[in-house]
Amino acid sequence: MTDFVKPTIDYFELWPLLVVFGVACLGVVVEAFLPRTVRYTAQVVLALAGLVLALVGVVLVAQDVKTYEDGAARGVLAVGGTIAIDGPSLFIWGLVLALAIAGVLLFAERHLDGGVSAFAGQAAAVPGTDAETAAIAANREHTEVYPLMMFAVFGMMLFPAANDLLTMFVGLEVLSLPLYLLSGLARRRRLLSQEAALKYFLLGAFSSGFFLYGAALIYGYAGSMDFAAINEAVRNDVGSSSLLLIGTGLLSVGLLFKVGAVPFQAWTPDVYQGAPTPVVAFMAAGTKVAAFGAMLRLFYVALGADRWSWQPMLWIIAILSMFVGAVLAITQDDIKRLLAYSSVAHTGFILVGVLGLQAAGDLAADEITSLQAVLFYLATYAFATIGAFAVVSLVRDGGGETTALERWAGLGKESPVVAAVFAFFLLALAGIPLTAGFVGKLAVFSVALAAGAWPVVVAAIMASIIAVFLYVRVIKVMYFDEPVGDGPSVAYPSVLTATTIAVGAAITLVLGILPGPVLDLAAVAGEFIR
Amino acid sequence: MNLLSHSVLLPLAEGGASHAPVVAPDTAAGGVFDLLWLVIGLPLLGAFLLLGVAPFLRGSLKASVDKHGHLLGTATAVLSFVLSLVLFLSLLGRDAEERQVGQHLWTWFETGSLRVGMDLLYDPLAALFLLLITGVGSLIHVYAIGYMEHDPRRRRFFGYLNLFVAAMLTLILSANFVGLFLGWEGVGLASYLLIGFWQHKPSAAAAAKKAFVINRVGDIGLSLAIALMFATFGTTDFGGVSELAGEADQATLNALGLLLLLGACGKSAQVPLQAWLLDAMEGPTPVSALIHAATMVTAGVYLVVRSNFIYELTPVAQTAVVVVATVTLLWGAVLGCAKDDIKKALAGSTMSQIGYMMLAAGLGPVGYPFAIFHLLTHGFFKANMFLGAGSVMHGMNDDVDMRHYGALNKAMPVTFITFAMGYLAIIGFPGFSGFWSKDKIIESALADNLLVGLLALLGAGITAFYMTRLMLMTFFTSKRWEADVHPHESPKVMTVPLIVLAALSVLGGVLLLGDWIVTWLEPVTGHAEHHEPPLPAIVITLIITAVVALGVAAAWFLVGKREVPREAPQDVSFATRAARADLYGDAINDAVVVRPGVGLVGGLTAFDRGGVDGTVMGGAAALGGISTLLRRVQNGFVRSYALSLLGGALLVVLALLAVNLG
Repeated sequence: MTDFVKPTIDYFELWPLLVVFGVACLGVVVEAFLPRTVRYTAQVVLALAGLVLALVGVVLVAQDVKTYEDGAARGVLAVGGTIAIDGPSLFIWGLVLALAIAGVLLFAERHLDGGVSAFAGQAAAVPGTDAETAAIAANREHTEVYPLMMFAVFGMMLFPAANDLLTMFVGLEVLSLPLYLLSGLARRRRLLSQEAALKYFLLGAFSSGFFLYGAALIYGYAGSMDFAAINEAVRNDVGSSSLLLIGTGLLSVGLLFKVGAVPFQAWTPDVYQGAPTPVVAFMAAGTKVAAFGAMLRLFYVALGADRWSWQPMLWIIAILSMFVGAVLAITQDDIKRLLAYSSVAHTGFILVGVLGLQAAGDLAADEITSLQAVLFYLATYAFATIGAFAVVSLVRDGGGETTALERWAGLGKESPVVAAVFAFFLLALAGIPLTAGFVGKLAVFSVALAAGAWPVVVAAIMASIIAVFLYVRVIKVMYFDEPVGDGPSVAYPSVLTATTIAVGAAITLVLGILPGPVLDLAAVAGEFIR
Repeated sequence: MNLLSHSVLLPLAEGGASHAPVVAPDTAAGGVFDLLWLVIGLPLLGAFLLLGVAPFLRGSLKASVDKHGHLLGTATAVLSFVLSLVLFLSLLGRDAEERQVGQHLWTWFETGSLRVGMDLLYDPLAALFLLLITGVGSLIHVYAIGYMEHDPRRRRFFGYLNLFVAAMLTLILSANFVGLFLGWEGVGLASYLLIGFWQHKPSAAAAAKKAFVINRVGDIGLSLAIALMFATFGTTDFGGVSELAGEADQATLNALGLLLLLGACGKSAQVPLQAWLLDAMEGPTPVSALIHAATMVTAGVYLVVRSNFIYELTPVAQTAVVVVATVTLLWGAVLGCAKDDIKKALAGSTMSQIGYMMLAAGLGPVGYPFAIFHLLTHGFFKANMFLGAGSVMHGMNDDVDMRHYGALNKAMPVTFITFAMGYLAIIGFPGFSGFWSKDKIIESALADNLLVGLLALLGAGITAFYMTRLMLMTFFTSKRWEADVHPHESPKVMTVPLIVLAALSVLGGVLLLGDWIVTWLEPVTGHAEHHEPPLPAIVITLIITAVVALGVAAAWFLVGKREVPREAPQDVSFATRAARADLYGDAINDAVVVRPGVGLVGGLTAFDRGGVDGTVMGGAAALGGISTLLRRVQNGFVRSYALSLLGGALLVVLALLAVNLG
């Protein structure tokens, strides 16, 4: 055992992370000491300010970050080598922070449900009791959701930047635990929401166990938790390769669970359906971005030299995810469940990009790397998804949001703008040209093809066709089906949700027509530091 | 524009210039040549005013335009002719090697390395065409004033005529193949509109559609040829292509020649794309005279002669031209023998005469001037005869059946005399214009290939036969008029153009004086090495004249000496039946194209319904079924989910181990 060395902490580079963490802690204090009446304003302002400050920090760090000692990438290893602040980290941080800002705006929306937010008045009150009725009557609302969300954001930033297995595990848990809680805080249909939260927690804990066990096995193989050291061990082929393989498999389970890949997708539809829609919007976009960031780093940095052993596994998982997600989405009659399965299918598509890893030397000069393609896909997917869920929160009837697909019939007549925007997001998710989704799919397919994974690409294209069917089915319901009863009604949102939707749509459109700048940004992000 | 700049794309090999003269127009000629665009512009303006502006007028102004619009239409054509004449005289005043004048109007489009200018090229070839189109066109405009006098849509008719003239002039004056194609399609459109002018008649509408569809086939050939030209030479300018043609490989040149021939076949009604021309006679007679005799149908000949720099390099395509031409000249002649409809008989003759022109064009530089020469004389005498036929119809209550004519020479003296001039010209009566032009073609053909020459000679005999038959049935023999028909001479406005055209039919041969036309066209078609014909020229001329006399005599004995039945006899030989049925041209098209096409469409429809729709719907149903089955796994119990998670984890680990250690 070496002597304990006091870690040097690079405060400047860690600035975004520290701001988010600090704001989260400050939020707890606010919750404890400020009177109920001002908490909403205080928390929203605090969260937004913290996120914007962190985003500015990301931009500043990105401009300033130095070339790493290996000369190939830019970045620094902070806190004793446990956190890697490099191009991909910063790209994902920026993306997560942008999504978090949109998330705060959605969380803060109070126009849709008669002046209160989408969260339970008093989470501790058992559904159906007098206590709940009293809480509703008093127009109570939980403002703890903002600090919870900030902790989740902190986790989402730590997770993809973690440079050893333990830090990664910590990031995973910090990101997950607040989300479990948030999932159970719906104001309406509380039992469904609580059930979802409990399922999410149980299964999440279960999968975290696999991750931790995998980490232990890898430590047994490489003698270190550090990615660079693991990479070194894999290169030199030390120890038992079964330890490495089983460890890789178990680590993958934990990560694949988080992104909702088949066969670890079972929680997705139930949680997406039960959780409050703003939470789903934030979680569906943010978790996927963060978890794929972590997956890329684990597979590319720590296990990159061993890619021949994990690529076939990802081939199968990708194909399964695309097909099961798309096929199951076809028969869904709830819009949130449908979007959940669509997110499973998208996980498959992103995995197609992940498995497109090639050795640096095999890449043509102007070819985009698989890292770039996945980062771009994540950006396109995240904004279309958060926008789509934001639209879902607008369509309501007397009992709150109406997510039954049949109740969406006639939306095209009821509210042409909402229907058109939603149709646009669906087309983007389907990957129709002139939307961001198309460019994203093109990018991941082409890197996979370049890496020789043509069977996966063929399967992906077939799955895309099925996926188009399911999205167009929703458009058909909105525009061509006769409305049931009075038809859907669309709540008029405040500027908060409207901004989120508009920005999501604008980004989706711009990335579809002019993908260049963001692709360049992903290219400038460069490689992971190793 | 600098055509030489294209040589960057395909550098000339040393001494690799083509045989044909390079087109290199002088774009800075100035003077009257700056008005070149106006030749097209005038009729285009007329068409625009009559078709584009007039419909939006209201009240008395509209009535006045409807009443006098034809005068505007005629005036633009006449002015265009005057300008053409001035241009011709100016060109005549230049030295032979300077007789290529260009005008760059504007850049039409520029995309990638493709740059197409609105460029005009005025050279000896275009000059002759301009005179023919605007000259004969003006006469026909004048004639149509009388012919269409009682038609309520006369203004529109003249608008279409102007449109046609403008398009035809674009075709002729364009300095690149894309501009030529613009005109080519423009005349196609005008032809379609004018064949179907009497659209209330289903037969006219069907004929218009037929002409349009068959012409599409030819147009595919032309457009592919243009695309191939661009792909090979990087340009479609006559200048650029003529300069670089020698550099292309033989297969490309053959393909170019054959594709251009396909285009020419469509427009010029050559076998196998001949079937539309006889039906096109549904149009008003001035249209038949202008478009389907004198000008548009000769565009194919123009195309071949204009593309001489390609054909010179591809003997294969030249042979194809000769074969197509020979078949067509006989095919049309045979049709002419059996038709009782005066216009259809003339149409068959047109087809046959264009065959002669194509034949000459297929013979190379020896033939080009004679192709154009025959084209011009044919333009005179055939327009003359069509207008004459129109005049006859005018007097016979629009009856076209020659079996209802007879002995009209007294009733319509002017028409008879002028028609007779055209008749003597087409059969090649010594001294008349057709005599000179056809004689030259047959002589050249004999020198080139004995069989082709003999077939062309045979065609001359058949021509004499059917034209004499037509002449006898119409103007001689006994009166077979319908009861209420009182033939009368047509008004002056119709007979004056007839007289002018008759004079041209007689005198057209002067163009050959001192080989003028050969020398005149030399800058375009190149100098020809004359082969010696197998017999002295004078002997050939005598033989041709003898064959023609035979044809006339045969007609005299078979038609003139007998009683012509008012109804076409049905107990006729197979040959006659076949000829009456257009030599089964429609039946062949039906069997070869239409029925397989309909079958293919039917098959595709069935496949689309059964195969494609079945796959799609079946696929959707199958996916829905799988989806329903899979949904059962999603039962909501967290224990099942946990189990599937565990199972998944086991699978992942086992798969990893199996793949890597197995």
